[in-house]
Amino acid sequence: MTEYWNPQIERMPLDELNKLQEDKLRHIVHYVYQHSPFYRKKFDDNGVKPEDIKTLEDVKKLPFTYKKDLRDTYPTGMFCVPNTLLVRFHVSSGTTGKPTVVGYTKNDISEWNTSLARALTSIGVGRGDIIQVSYGYGLFTGGLGLHYGAEEVGTTVLPTSAGNTERQIELMQDLGTTVIACTPSYFLFVNETAKKEGISIKNDTKLRVGILGAEPWSEAMRARIEDQTGIKAYDVFGTSELSGPLFTECTYQDGIHIWADQFLVEVVDPETGEELKDGEQGELVITTLAKEALPLIRYKIGDLTVKKSEPCRCGRTHPRIMRIMGRVDDMLVVRGINVFPGQIESVLMNVPEVGEHFMIIVDRFNELDYMKVQIEMTDAAFSDKVNDIIKLENKVASAIKNVLNLNVKVELVEHGSLPRSMGKSKKVIDNRQL
Amino acid sequence: MENKIIKQISLFAENKPGKLSNIAHKLKDAGINIRAFTIAEAGDFGIVRMVVDNPDSAHSILHNSGFTVSETSVLGIEMEDVPGGLARIAEVLGEQNINIDYAYAFVTKTEKALLIVRVNDIKGALKVLTGANIKLIDMKDIEEYLI
Repeated sequence: MTEYWNPQIERMPLDELNKLQEDKLRHIVHYVYQHSPFYRKKFDDNGVKPEDIKTLEDVKKLPFTYKKDLRDTYPTGMFCVPNTLLVRFHVSSGTTGKPTVVGYTKNDISEWNTSLARALTSIGVGRGDIIQVSYGYGLFTGGLGLHYGAEEVGTTVLPTSAGNTERQIELMQDLGTTVIACTPSYFLFVNETAKKEGISIKNDTKLRVGILGAEPWSEAMRARIEDQTGIKAYDVFGTSELSGPLFTECTYQDGIHIWADQFLVEVVDPETGEELKDGEQGELVITTLAKEALPLIRYKIGDLTVKKSEPCRCGRTHPRIMRIMGRVDDMLVVRGINVFPGQIESVLMNVPEVGEHFMIIVDRFNELDYMKVQIEMTDAAFSDKVNDIIKLENKVASAIKNVLNLNVKVELVEHGSLPRSMGKSKKVIDNRQL
Repeated sequence: MENKIIKQISLFAENKPGKLSNIAHKLKDAGINIRAFTIAEAGDFGIVRMVVDNPDSAHSILHNSGFTVSETSVLGIEMEDVPGGLARIAEVLGEQNINIDYAYAFVTKTEKALLIVRVNDIKGALKVLTGANIKLIDMKDIEEYLI
């Protein structure tokens, strides 16, 4: 039986939901114009006034907001409330540039918790569950975000944060953890460490659900994780600028539910900014409808996805986005061909002999790009005949060639030699001086 | 006849300085002696193949150290250390259409030569070699230093 955190909202008929969104959109546009000098200028520069926004269609008249805007106004130049009303800051890692600061009012935290409470309920997580939050705690939004969301639904939280993996496994067994929240790469590492200690996640723990995200991962990787560990693995989505982890799939695992009373989602052509139809892949654009401290108008997150507007089989009417294929800035251009690490992962995970870890290395010699994919030798795939190993390398290379139409060199490396990650994993080394 | 099968240790290793030293030290620390040894190299990686005096222990030590390692069934064929020694063995196997996947040889302390072979049909090879009165050594010979 499907359960809902707030059935009135989650199952609201589409026309009512649209009406609610429209009211909230009109409100937020006036709100930012009034409280944010940044947005007032942006609207004026683009010749748009809050009064011009009457229907949901009118959202197209509004200018986009970029990550760069947050950096340019560092630390709090885009905030709409004085600092005295803030109850928390989070700060992004700044791996791709200057860090960005996000502030939250008491209501912002409450809305964040509500979003996650609905999400957790939609995957059957609640009272009686013990959730191990293995996302990093601290400035990163993953740990504290999941922590309070889980408390909201009455789950018992085990705030392990990331790292100290042997201890995580010990606690998982001793306290009977049923749910884990972490990056997919960290979960693989937990599984691998458990195996080394002779512990099977499937048979020796009570773990039944994984809330995995904060980095792109493929459907094929999900199949592997579920098969090896016996859990149901759910994709979680969010980004610090929007608060943090906010949304998950429901038990149907058919797209991530974006709560329409809190956020307005669009998918646009990354180049032209034109709105795309349901089912067309493009860049995710989100307008916050309920945030007070740092509302964002048409924020271009940089994630590539596909939107689905029809109601889900679970009864929820809110729109869904499909698994994030990658980030616009993760895309590699190799010999003129667009390559996302996620595509490579998908291919690799469909070859049974290949393990879960890989590294993509791109080099340029004599003006030509060369891509190499390193994969680890596994016990199952090992043959002591050189020919068999070369055959396996060729098999993987031709599988990649079939999908990407790109010649890659596949190199088998020793088991355990590729880096393991506690958080977001690095899967690409680009040595080119571009 | 099954006891004539020798358990060879095969190990996957990246072709990098220090790799072999690491492997050899692991065996040394466990007091395992290497009786026969070869590396098949193929660019970025190599396969280390060896016959040791305690294969089960070598396998578990190397496996627990994180290596991808397997025990492979091979044959140890005694050869006269004279011209034509190898020719005769190759002929017997070839006549029965048994393929040699790989082979390596060394001279024993009994002044014979020993040929380690992996074949595509180990049972068939055992049968034809025994039928041709060719002597096969077994794990006991390796473990007890009888060769």
